[in-house]
Amino acid sequence: MKEVYLDYASTTPVLPEVIEAMGPFWSEKFGNASSLHSWGREARIAVEESRKTVAEILNCTPKEIIFTGTTTTSDNLAILGILGDLRNLREKTHLITSQIEHHAVLDTFKYLEKQGFEVTYLSVDKYGMVNLEELEKATRPETKLVSVIYANNEMGTIQPIEEIAVRVKNKSKSILVHTDAAAVAEYLDLDVQKLGVDLMSLGSHKFGGPKGVGILYIKKGIKINPITFGGHHENGLWPGTESVPLIVGTAAALRQAQGKLVDSSKRVTKLQDKLIKGVLEKVSETILTGHPEKRLPDIASFVFKGVEGEAVLLRLDLEGIAVSSGSACTSGDLKPSHVLLAMGIPQQEAHGSIRFSLGRGTTEEEIDYVLEKLPKIINDLRQMAPKLD
Amino acid sequence: MDHFLHPRNMGELPEANGVATVGNKICGDVMKMFLKIGKKEGQEIIEDVKFQTLGCGAAIATSSMATEMIKGKPLSEALELTNQAIAEALDGLPPVKMHCSTLAAEAVKKAVEDYQKSEK
Repeated sequence: MKEVYLDYASTTPVLPEVIEAMGPFWSEKFGNASSLHSWGREARIAVEESRKTVAEILNCTPKEIIFTGTTTTSDNLAILGILGDLRNLREKTHLITSQIEHHAVLDTFKYLEKQGFEVTYLSVDKYGMVNLEELEKATRPETKLVSVIYANNEMGTIQPIEEIAVRVKNKSKSILVHTDAAAVAEYLDLDVQKLGVDLMSLGSHKFGGPKGVGILYIKKGIKINPITFGGHHENGLWPGTESVPLIVGTAAALRQAQGKLVDSSKRVTKLQDKLIKGVLEKVSETILTGHPEKRLPDIASFVFKGVEGEAVLLRLDLEGIAVSSGSACTSGDLKPSHVLLAMGIPQQEAHGSIRFSLGRGTTEEEIDYVLEKLPKIINDLRQMAPKLD
Repeated sequence: MDHFLHPRNMGELPEANGVATVGNKICGDVMKMFLKIGKKEGQEIIEDVKFQTLGCGAAIATSSMATEMIKGKPLSEALELTNQAIAEALDGLPPVKMHCSTLAAEAVKKAVEDYQKSEK
């Protein structure tokens, strides 16, 4: 049976170059990077070299890069970290984010709301694009942070981060701008000077690196308070013994990803176009979600009327095809995707959502295979459903 | 999995005399149950049953299993069908999917009620 993995947005396989780079650090150069002896020193060198690599790619200095555990922890550290000094001033602090953030950002803001901070959640249009007028109107003297996802992993719409940063800084240079860039490392520019952001989160396993390392860019001069305690590692911001192999792997993966930006985009966009065209032609009553042009090359999310996402997912799985869904049944808490709902897609329709996310290993053959199998699956499930008026 | 891939008794029953459509507000699944109830040796039994479901794997499996469990059985037994019994018959469901079995049990009850209403 064929094996067609189209869930790259959930996680990616670790690249051979990355495995090679990590190799020496499991059992040969296994020292604790904080130890003063030679084992420790060689581990320390590896960590700092990795940091240098990441900083070069992001166009910042090594001191501005922190390694955390995941994108989620980077998000948490960024958002909660800047508030350290402001906890006494929560009534006078305003925060802005969007309705389409990943849960790592959204849930952190919801927590802050419970703590008494005021948060504005910017709405999006039907394509998932953040409302910039709303952002301008919402910014006020008490605003301290604006956090908008670089590109959403569910439907792929790319946000105008550069413009957002410009508008925010025009209002006041003291408002910090954060972006969760987890979904973009293989396709978009990560130059933090160009983007104009103060804080940026990334996660290794989304771009061919190992699971277990996140990156956080913190612009020089910005004070972040730690949210976990216990050591001096990463400037005291992510205490805990550094995972040298994973950090080395992360840098190697990022170098691979960003080194191939143009080629990757071209190749994957072509396959994405074929998939989108094919699905819309072969399956009736289907909508592509997200912006038609300003979208990531790898994400193709559809809403199929009259079927339920998990059922489609299971049937595709049986054909060896891996995808994900935004339906309520597939989420752990039985709530449909907040991203689809924010774009104005009614709950009944968000029900029938399926996300295909392409990647390095995707071939045209695989796309053809999906286009062969999908229509019958949708038809079968539609036949099974009651005819409702 | 078997009941999801090869659902039994799927479709419509034009000669049905007990029909009900139930929806689950939690996740948006919808189930329609068709019953043909007849009299045999003085007892009311479910002669034929069909279902249609718009729902996830568990929703389809539980409605399929429910129809198998009540087919040919007397009405009184059908009314006693619980969601736990359906889940057990499927060798258990994960906790987050138990609500799907509730939907199937409810569909059976409502379809029977529909028949009883029209009989009066």
